Amino acid sequence: MKEIEMENIIRIVDMTLQYPPADEDADPQTAIDGLSLEIKEGSFVAVLGQNGSGKSTLAKTINALLPPTGGDIFVCGMNTKDDELIWEIRRSAGMVFQNPDNQLVSAVVEDDVAFGPENLGVPTEEIRQRIDDAMKKTGIFEQRKKSPHMLSGGQKQRVAIAGVIAMRPRCILFDEPTAMLDPKGRLEVMNIIKALKKEGITVLLITHFMEEAAEADRVIVMRQGKIAADAPPADLFSDTENVRRLGLDLPPAVEIRELLRAGGVDISDDVLDMGSLARVLCAGAEVTDGTERRRVREE
Amino acid sequence: MLRDITLGQYYAKDSVIHRLDPRVKIVAVIVYIIMLFLVRDFIGYAVSFAAAAAVICASGVPFRFILRGMKPVAVILALTFLLNLFLYPGTVLLSAGPFHITQQGLHQALFMACRLILLIFGTAILTYTTKPMKLTDGMEALMSPLSRFGFPAHEIAIIMSIALRFIPMLVQEADKIMKAQQARGADFESGNIIRRVRSLMPLFIPLFIGAFRIAQDLAMAMEARCYRGGTGRTRLHVMKLHKRDAAASVLLAVYAGLILAERILPALF
Ligand SMILES: Nc1ncnc2c1ncn2[C@@H]1O[C@H](COP(=O)(O)OP(=O)(O)OP(=O)(O)O)[C@@H](O)[C@H]1O
Ligand SMILES: [Mg+2]
Repeated sequence: MKEIEMENIIRIVDMTLQYPPADEDADPQTAIDGLSLEIKEGSFVAVLGQNGSGKSTLAKTINALLPPTGGDIFVCGMNTKDDELIWEIRRSAGMVFQNPDNQLVSAVVEDDVAFGPENLGVPTEEIRQRIDDAMKKTGIFEQRKKSPHMLSGGQKQRVAIAGVIAMRPRCILFDEPTAMLDPKGRLEVMNIIKALKKEGITVLLITHFMEEAAEADRVIVMRQGKIAADAPPADLFSDTENVRRLGLDLPPAVEIRELLRAGGVDISDDVLDMGSLARVLCAGAEVTDGTERRRVREE
Repeated sequence: MLRDITLGQYYAKDSVIHRLDPRVKIVAVIVYIIMLFLVRDFIGYAVSFAAAAAVICASGVPFRFILRGMKPVAVILALTFLLNLFLYPGTVLLSAGPFHITQQGLHQALFMACRLILLIFGTAILTYTTKPMKLTDGMEALMSPLSRFGFPAHEIAIIMSIALRFIPMLVQEADKIMKAQQARGADFESGNIIRRVRSLMPLFIPLFIGAFRIAQDLAMAMEARCYRGGTGRTRLHVMKLHKRDAAASVLLAVYAGLILAERILPALF
């Protein structure tokens, strides 16, 4: 039993979440509808779905910000309904929100990163060590004395991530962390997410960007509070019909791949991002290039 | 226009006064203010002025910066001075029509003016040499013994520090909304005061709605980062008293002693 819990860092069993009705006569709003899900420790899971499909609600229930109205959620084996475990659950499964401005607490970057450890009662010397580590990891160490309102959106979001890392979580939930960033900021944040995953931290990334989902090990698609699809990105995006039916787009690289396929070029399903697409195409080009050069030499 | 607003008025420098423990500085300013109200005669103000001037010199904050702090209260200062000058009863020195200047009035007017100016000196030095965050920390530490009696010391401190974080952001936001409305023909700068206040209303409404959104998001983000009030919380910055703080406290005691002596033992002066 214990071993299973360790392997599945998050285990959700037939969970339902209803928001209280807006007024007395209205029906309660069902945001999550009998959802079951298991997430392995160390995996990188992307969550897709249209607006209002319940993605943010799911993240908030895992973080014990919302108690489920039905079913159970276990984070590292701890039930989120147990009030005594709430703080340990929030420490183990940190959360980064969409709006970089509305989640920073302090007027100084390093003080903000220290906010979580301070709340956990970490001793002063250790706080210093943890926040310096976290700020270096997210590349904002040079900005540590600045005020957040002097930073770019991408930098602010990295401060928020550092604040979560400093709590030493085993899992981080990202709720559309790149939605309000420019392309450069998005890239910076994605690089940190990938680095965290490499370190063995479990990542749950809610996003509307298909190319971000393509980087995950596993993609979950939500619809009306239920899981509509659950597959590795290569499998999910290979069935273009199904992707459209789920109300999603294809990642740009897959879109090009499909056009190339239609034009007769043979490319594998594993090609999901621009980098590997370029590599595959260049590999092909090198062959033709090489044969041409050889021909020139022969002449 | 709104970007000129800066919070506090910290003057960055690495002086002894800047490095003093914020708790010591806050206590010193409170003692200094109490002493100003205990002063009996101008000699006490001379002592206070000497003390304030010495601290200003040691802090390296240019004197004109301290004077700048006078500007917002200049009207109050002038008003108190004039009211005291003309309305105080006593032996008439000068009179022109319905206005009389009495000897006691002149004394009282100068006396009050000195007190006000010295009050401003004290608070100006404190805010020029202490970062707002440190001030908040200092106040929290000083008030925390009261929390045993239910006084919300930690809550007040966290409210102040959140305000420090979000006021510049709200100012930026207001600036943005103002520009957007100006681009559509709104006029914030002409007309009388009532017109101008009225034209600001469409600015405040989106600003307030924005502020409530921020409050909601921020509360959730704080909870997600395990915030549960002041109990069991540790701090990144721990305030420690140094030798300089002890020295400053001794000097403060000497100053307070002089003023009390002036009040209680007039024969000495
Ligand atoms: N605080 C709330 N009170 C009542 N209903 C809510 C609340 N928050 C969300 N809902 C409803 O719950 C459902 C799921 O919302 P949720 O925010 O989880 O969706 P989402 O997938 O995150 O959407 P988005 O892509 O827009 O972020 C929606 O129908 C929404 O209207
Ligand atoms: Mg959402």
